[in-house]
Amino acid sequence: MTQTAEGTASSSGDTVGMAHMVRPGEVDISHGAILYVEGVTVSFDGFKALNKLSLAIDAGELRCIIGPNGAGKTTMMDVITGKTQPDAGTVFFGQTIDLLKMSEPEIAHAGIGRKFQKPTVFESHTVFENLELAMKMDKGVWSSLRYRISAEQRDRIAETLEHIQLESRAGIAAGLLSHGQKQWLEIGMLLMQDPKLLMLDEPVAGMTDAETERTAELFLSLAGRHSLIVVEHDMDFVSSIARKVTVLHEGRVLAEGPMDVIQNDERVIEVYLGR
Amino acid sequence: MGPIVAFFTRLYGPRGWLTLGGFIAVVLFVIPLLRLLPPEHSLHLSDYFVLLIGKIMCYAMVALAMDLIWGYAGILSLGHGLFFALGGYSMGMYLMREIGTEGQYRSHLPDYMVFLDWKEFPWYWAGSEYFWLAVLKVILVPGLLAFVFGWFAFRSRIKGVYFSIITQALTFAFMLLFFRNDTGFGGNNGFTDFKRILGFPLADPVTKTALFMITGLFLVLTLLACRYLVISKLGRVLAAIRDAEGRAMFSGYKTRDYKLFVWTLSAVMCGIAGALYVPQVGIINPSEMSPANSIEMAIWVAVGGRGTLVGPLFGAGLVNGAKSWFTVAFPDFWLYFLGCLFILATLFLPRGAIGLLDRLRRKT
Repeated sequence: MTQTAEGTASSSGDTVGMAHMVRPGEVDISHGAILYVEGVTVSFDGFKALNKLSLAIDAGELRCIIGPNGAGKTTMMDVITGKTQPDAGTVFFGQTIDLLKMSEPEIAHAGIGRKFQKPTVFESHTVFENLELAMKMDKGVWSSLRYRISAEQRDRIAETLEHIQLESRAGIAAGLLSHGQKQWLEIGMLLMQDPKLLMLDEPVAGMTDAETERTAELFLSLAGRHSLIVVEHDMDFVSSIARKVTVLHEGRVLAEGPMDVIQNDERVIEVYLGR
Repeated sequence: MGPIVAFFTRLYGPRGWLTLGGFIAVVLFVIPLLRLLPPEHSLHLSDYFVLLIGKIMCYAMVALAMDLIWGYAGILSLGHGLFFALGGYSMGMYLMREIGTEGQYRSHLPDYMVFLDWKEFPWYWAGSEYFWLAVLKVILVPGLLAFVFGWFAFRSRIKGVYFSIITQALTFAFMLLFFRNDTGFGGNNGFTDFKRILGFPLADPVTKTALFMITGLFLVLTLLACRYLVISKLGRVLAAIRDAEGRAMFSGYKTRDYKLFVWTLSAVMCGIAGALYVPQVGIINPSEMSPANSIEMAIWVAVGGRGTLVGPLFGAGLVNGAKSWFTVAFPDFWLYFLGCLFILATLFLPRGAIGLLDRLRRKT
């Protein structure tokens, strides 16, 4: 793992140790949870994409979210990352940060990284530049104008390149990567942001079996240091990484628990797995 | 010394600086020297020639401003003629005051105000006799308008073709406003019959040459400023916004700030170009704000090659050179030719003339 990620792990450990002393700008996970979604409702023209959805994610947890099409998985991510404003409900990052009052860049800066369903990278930039653009730093207009890369930052990018196994492709345009490589690059970009919570929408869609396997290993190595929410359709992938699974159906939580319990839950089988 | 050299070598390589040095030498030395030759001499350069090149250099500045927002940030403005005209009018107001009492009616007021039976200058003409204030207005008027317009447009996340249409409507609305006599800017005639600038007579070939040289200098400075911007990380962020704005936002960039910055900067560059244009051409009127003018500006960039800076410079030269020849030889066919050029460039030269040159060079 990268040095910085280890740094994050130890600093969040401090926060737990200090109980309720909250430092501004830091995520307060003193109660164990990093994300609270409570009673969130989103309706589009009367259709309730989310219907009083409530769930909590623990710090360092790897949570898989499954559910049939239209269950509200992507809408939930849109709400958490600031893309969609809900009609009702609250979303908190840690104990203190109200995500509903923040814009997308502010939420990203606070420490939530998001991977889109369709791999989204900056296609005309090189792989290296993609990671450089994503790297955590002052992202204002003036600092971008005067920015010069430091040796330290080069090292960090090199580490991430190694991690996502794209070292040999650092200099080529991201648009020329294969589908699976783009997915990996996007995950690499998220890691460069040094996020506390990673949200991944169908991260293994379109990957070969070998790539999927490697992705599973990567995610398992990330859990504990980061919190992860993985939305996925691929059941084999989910059972290979999942510790706790949440099933969404019609905009609310249908069931939640370990994968083997979920697989045997009759309601879940009826709406999803059985079909 | 070291950091300064490093700064310059970052902008362009040896070949780039050599070309640029050549251009500066021609504009600042060769052409002014040739102007000193007596009119009978075969190498003498006429006023017409200097005016044509001076005009094209102003347009080239506009092309750079367009490339910055369209080529790099992916925002197509079809209203940049407005910013150009506002810069021109800001300078024009000062030039009108420089006429003094030498107008047709021998009044301290411009002729059209006498004609409208106005007794004094409207309030917004206050201070227009000061050159420094005119310079300030050249920057602030287009800059502020672009800032306010951009602030609302980007905040409402207006993008793509919708943004283009609104900019087109904006310049059209301003054209109608400036056409009105009671707006106080000379109605459809605009400003003309300028006599001097900072006391130097505009009819004097020396003044004309000086304006030409200043324009050339500003063009070079604009190019270097744009180049500095696009090779910085800011330039890469702009291209990132163009290619995947959502990803840029989720990477923590306030894309609205970036767009607003480059949009306003681009408008200011256009304003400066307009201010240099008016004393050379000797007239500014609302037709500069007509939608067709702004569309033409986009064509210069498309023909030259978007996102290259050098391409749009060529594009502006190429299209305007062709225009000055066409409008004399086949005045009725110019617009058809322009339309065809745009369609052909879009269909066959997605990277413009620069892209074509690149391809040819690779083949040989």
